[in-house]
Amino acid sequence: MRDVAIIGVGMTKWGELWEKSLRSIFVETALLAFDDAGVDQIDSMYVGSMSSGIFVGQEHIASLLADYLGQVPVPSTRVESACTSGGLALRLGFMEVASGMSDVVLVSGVEKMTDCSGSEATYALGTAADQEYEGYHGITFPGLYALIARAHMEKYGTTREQMAMVAVKNHRNGAKNPLAQFQFEITVDSVLNSVMIADPLRILDCSPISDGAAAAIICPVEMARSMNKPIIKIIGTGHATDRIAISTRKDITWLEATYQAAKQAYAMADKKPEDINIFEVHDCFTIAEICVMEALGIVEKGKGGDAVEQGLTSLEGKIPVNPSGGLKSKGHPVGATGVAQVVEIVKQLRGEAGERQIKDARVAMAQNMGGSGGSTVVHIFERE
Amino acid sequence: MTTPSRYWREIPQRYRLEANKCSKCGIKFFPPRLICPECKNRELEKTKIAETGKIITYTVIRVPPHQFVDQAPYAVGIVELDDGFKLTAQIVDCDFEDLKIGQKVRIEFRKIFDEGESGILCYGYKFVLDE
Repeated sequence: MRDVAIIGVGMTKWGELWEKSLRSIFVETALLAFDDAGVDQIDSMYVGSMSSGIFVGQEHIASLLADYLGQVPVPSTRVESACTSGGLALRLGFMEVASGMSDVVLVSGVEKMTDCSGSEATYALGTAADQEYEGYHGITFPGLYALIARAHMEKYGTTREQMAMVAVKNHRNGAKNPLAQFQFEITVDSVLNSVMIADPLRILDCSPISDGAAAAIICPVEMARSMNKPIIKIIGTGHATDRIAISTRKDITWLEATYQAAKQAYAMADKKPEDINIFEVHDCFTIAEICVMEALGIVEKGKGGDAVEQGLTSLEGKIPVNPSGGLKSKGHPVGATGVAQVVEIVKQLRGEAGERQIKDARVAMAQNMGGSGGSTVVHIFERE
Repeated sequence: MTTPSRYWREIPQRYRLEANKCSKCGIKFFPPRLICPECKNRELEKTKIAETGKIITYTVIRVPPHQFVDQAPYAVGIVELDDGFKLTAQIVDCDFEDLKIGQKVRIEFRKIFDEGESGILCYGYKFVLDE
C-alpha cells in the first residue's frame, strides 16, 4: 500500500446560500482545492452527498459534477452514508490512491439544503433513521439524540449545563472561523433559554440546516514530495457500522461504530488517543460531542460532560475538540461535513488556521458519523 | 409516503407484535429477521414481544414531521419490555410531568397518523402509563 498525502483543500463560506446552486457551490469549492494543490486535472473523484434527490430533486450528481468541473470522462463516484458521506468519500479516495489504481484524486462533499421547505429538509434528514420502526412513530433527529441525552444524564449524571457548554465552546471557536455559518459567540444562558425542540434539547443544541461543500486533493506521498508540497499524511483510516434503530443497541448512550472505527484507525496509525493534538468530531447535537469523546477514548465512559466543563476541550485546553467551530457553528451541509473536518485539520497542521491556530499540532483526528451513529468514519493525519 | 403494500407488509408486526427468536441463542428480534446477528443462525422461531415494560428514556417532540403536526407536542420513549426487548413508540394519555425513567407502561393499539385527507389511516402500537 502506498502512503497518501493531502496536497490541497478548498472550502467557501457556509450558510444559507440563496444565490448559489448545488453545482455552483461544488465547482467553486473544488476549484479552490485544485488551486491549492496546483493541479487542474484529476484521475478520479468522489463526492459525498446524503440526499441530493430529496433536497434538490437531482440524483446522478457524480457525473453532473464531473461535467461542470470540466473533468469528463474521469470516473466519478457519489458516496452516501447519511451524514458520514463526506468522510466515506475520503476513505474511498484514500483506498484508490493507496492501492495504486489512481494518483491524483478529488475527495469532496456537497449538500444544498435550502432549496426545499424546512419540513422537506427535516424529512430528508429523518430518512437516516429506521423509517419503519423509528420515523413511523413520529421521532425526529433531534428526538433521537434527545433520547440519548436523557439516558446519558440518567446513567452518568451529565448535566443540561454541560451540554450547553459544548455549543458555547464551538461557537467561540466558530467566531474565529471566517468560513463558519455562525460567526458569533453564545452563552450557557442563551442555550438554556432557547426554544425547546425535543426535551431536553433546545435549538442551540442543534447544528443548523446549511448549504456548502468541501474538497481535498490527495495523491501518493512521493508525488507530493516531487511537487514540493507540505506533506500532510493520512496515516490511519477506520469505518464501522452499528444498528441504526437506537432502541436495538445494547447501550443507547454508547456509540459503538465510533469506537470500532477509531480502534481501526488508531491501530493503523500506531497512535493512542493521547498522541492526538486536535480532534474534529461530529457534534450534530451537543450530546453527540460528549458521547463521541467517550467512544474515541479521549475521556472515560460517562466523563464527556465533565471534560467540557473543565475546559479540557477548548482551543487552549489539553485536548482541543472542534477548533473549526464544529457542525454547531460552522454549519452542517450533511454530505460535506466529513470533508470540511479535513479542510480544518490540513489548515491547522500547516499552521494556517489564523486566530484559532493550535500551536505545534502534528497529529489530528477526524470523526464523522451518520444518522444517530449507525455509521462512522475516522481518519488520523500527521504532518511530516 | 405510506403506500398500501408498504403498510400492509408491516401489519403482522404493528398489529400483532409478531417477532422471532434465534433457536440457538434465544435472542428476540422485532421486527423479525432472517439471520441472527449474534450467532449467524438462520433457524428463527416465531414469537411475540411482551406488552408491558418500563421507560428507559423519553423525549417530548415539539417540532414534528409533517404527518404529526396535529399531535405535537407528544412524547416518544424507548421502553424495555418485560421480555428484555427494547422498543421506540409514542407514550400517550399522560401529563408530560408524570413521565420518568423506570415508569411502568403497557402497549395499546392506536392510530399513529394519517396520510392526508385521502390517504391511509396508519395504525400501530403506542404506550400508556400502567399504574
